[in-house]
Amino acid sequence: MEITGAEITVRCLQEEGVEFAFGYPGGAVLYIYDEIFKQNKVKHVLVRHEQAAVHAADGYARATGRVGVALVTSGPGATNAVTGIATAYMDSIPMVILSGQVPTPAIGLDAFQEVDTVGITRPCVKHNFLVKDVKDLAVTIKKAFHIAATGRPGPVLVDIPKDITTHLTAFEYPKSVTLRSYNPVTVGHPMQIKKAVKLLLSAKRPFVYTGGGVILSEASGQLNKLIKLLGVPCTSTLMGLGAYPETDRQFLGMLGMHGTYEANMAMQHCDVLLAVGARFDDRVIGNTEHFNSEKRQIIHIDIDPSSISKRVKVDVPIVGSVAQVLDELIKQLQATKDRGDQAALKTWWTQIELWRSKDCMKYDRSSKIIKPQYVVEKLYEVTKGDAYVTSDVGQHQMWAAQYYKFDKPRRWINSGGLGTMGFGLPAAMGVKLAFPKANVACITGEASIQMCIQELSTCKQYHLPLKIINLNNRYMGMVRQWQQFFHGNRYSESYMDALPDFVKLAEAYGHVGMRIEKPSDVEGALKEAFKLKDQLVFMDFLTDQTENVFPMVPGGKGLSEMILAEDL
Amino acid sequence: MATRHIISVLLENEAGALSRVSGLFSARGYNIESLTVAPTEDATMSRMTIVTRGTEEVVEQIVKQLNKLIEVVKVLDLNEGSHIERELMLVKVKAEGKLREEMKRMSDIFRGRIIDVADSTYTIELTGNGVKLDAFLEALDPSAILETVRTGACGIGRGERVLKV
Repeated sequence: MEITGAEITVRCLQEEGVEFAFGYPGGAVLYIYDEIFKQNKVKHVLVRHEQAAVHAADGYARATGRVGVALVTSGPGATNAVTGIATAYMDSIPMVILSGQVPTPAIGLDAFQEVDTVGITRPCVKHNFLVKDVKDLAVTIKKAFHIAATGRPGPVLVDIPKDITTHLTAFEYPKSVTLRSYNPVTVGHPMQIKKAVKLLLSAKRPFVYTGGGVILSEASGQLNKLIKLLGVPCTSTLMGLGAYPETDRQFLGMLGMHGTYEANMAMQHCDVLLAVGARFDDRVIGNTEHFNSEKRQIIHIDIDPSSISKRVKVDVPIVGSVAQVLDELIKQLQATKDRGDQAALKTWWTQIELWRSKDCMKYDRSSKIIKPQYVVEKLYEVTKGDAYVTSDVGQHQMWAAQYYKFDKPRRWINSGGLGTMGFGLPAAMGVKLAFPKANVACITGEASIQMCIQELSTCKQYHLPLKIINLNNRYMGMVRQWQQFFHGNRYSESYMDALPDFVKLAEAYGHVGMRIEKPSDVEGALKEAFKLKDQLVFMDFLTDQTENVFPMVPGGKGLSEMILAEDL
Repeated sequence: MATRHIISVLLENEAGALSRVSGLFSARGYNIESLTVAPTEDATMSRMTIVTRGTEEVVEQIVKQLNKLIEVVKVLDLNEGSHIERELMLVKVKAEGKLREEMKRMSDIFRGRIIDVADSTYTIELTGNGVKLDAFLEALDPSAILETVRTGACGIGRGERVLKV
């Protein structure tokens, strides 16, 4: 029996076991939406802007590890989705984006709502396809899911012209696909792993630096085992938080531009560095020359060969899936009696504890004005450290990363690579749909939240009782901080004038709004909000306007050249 | 130190594959001196030759990034071994009066062939590596050159080294 391309599209999603498709209808996808209407296996979530559809699918993917799915129309539908696609691409999140396109005969004729979607998205997708024949549709969608989820994950876009959705063909969903040009290496080379073991056991000042790849590879268990086995200190990038329990003593906190003093010092001064699923990003190692000025041997595990020796030369490259390589590393470590230089390790730990005693995260806890750090700490206490926390981008994001202690992977959901303001709220929607019973908080600021505020309407429609923690300092805080430090206090366009009354705004969308102005009210308000199980609560915290994020490695400076709060 | 590299790429013969490669080079700021592409004996596959310039680190990244493109099947940096490189050039020159004999002689010296003859012009076909083609152009009186077109280099490994799926 022959069925239409539109029905094939929806059947493919069903075959993939897709729970939610986040999207927005339009002319080019009307037939697909008609098929969505006729079934109930794939639940469609109607957002209010296509950017939010992609972010929501992204949040769902980050929290669950499954492929997120978004569906948008041609032209503006696709261009609105681009920010979301680039966000997922930078953080290697598995997603499939289906976009409508004008009918095949109209392509290239500047038709209504036509853009070259494949061309526009090409630099920010893992791969994309334009379907030109209905017979190719099912296999193309299968390839899209396969490419998105394997190797180094990423978003894949399938552009479907409207006429293809009406053409008829027999439907058969392939069980698997093979591509001669795409066979990611997943098994690390045993000799390289052997070299890594030898190097780790010879270390005097070993250090483990982990990133988002540990979470993507579901290798949290292996990482814990390895760190305990070696007895070494470890750190994580912004993307990797939660893969190793932050409350454990062997964890030195996040590293990088706003990392802890101890993590950055250890990174700079270690003699053997094991990098796992991380990419030596500029926000992580600061000035490359300064970083390279200290001698150290580097072992780098990554599934993407192009991540290795890209910014920093690596001594022992290991290409493979983090989980598999760590399994093998642990096996080889357990097989040897060599326990490394324990005396040197002890000295190293003494040095680290000395750095740690600087207490670089201290802030004024007796302040009469609400300190943003205090709100995050209280959120951590009230949710018992077990919430899913999404964030937008800026100071609040850094405070969330610094003061909420994530002990489990996939709990901390933020836009790390692209730094997309507007990510937090829609991402939280995706998380809440995936885990309806879990506490889901969105830590945001008054600037970021307004970039996707329209999604409060989606939250009402789908009864998503999120808790929005708005750290409202009436400034684009991170911009203001840089202007204070590096632009002579000239606060060019970073002041948020004419802010809405967020309490009334939340109420207008049918939610609960709260304004919290005193530190003594913070804990009570949070407790009350989380008691309102069925309500979205928008908490507008009026925080200290001039609080800065510390420590800070200024742009162009080295990791050990941090500014600490006490330096000012 | 930046050196010249000639990179061969086997990729799926699909619409858009070329733009993925050229887009990669422009997005990451890699240099392209020349790029040639045509289908191979297996019509589902194209072979591309890219001439680029970069430090060892940059060229290593270029090869890795090319390999990462989903449609790329195989990548080989021909500089890793000895190889042969050829480029084709067509040159239209003035061929009037005493220039007519002069052009014929120059073409013969460089082992070119005159493939089109008109009352006042010759079109000369010349094959070789880039240096040889440059030398030919330099040997001609610039005012005699009417038009040139070059294919860009294509290359192949010497001996038993084969780039195939």
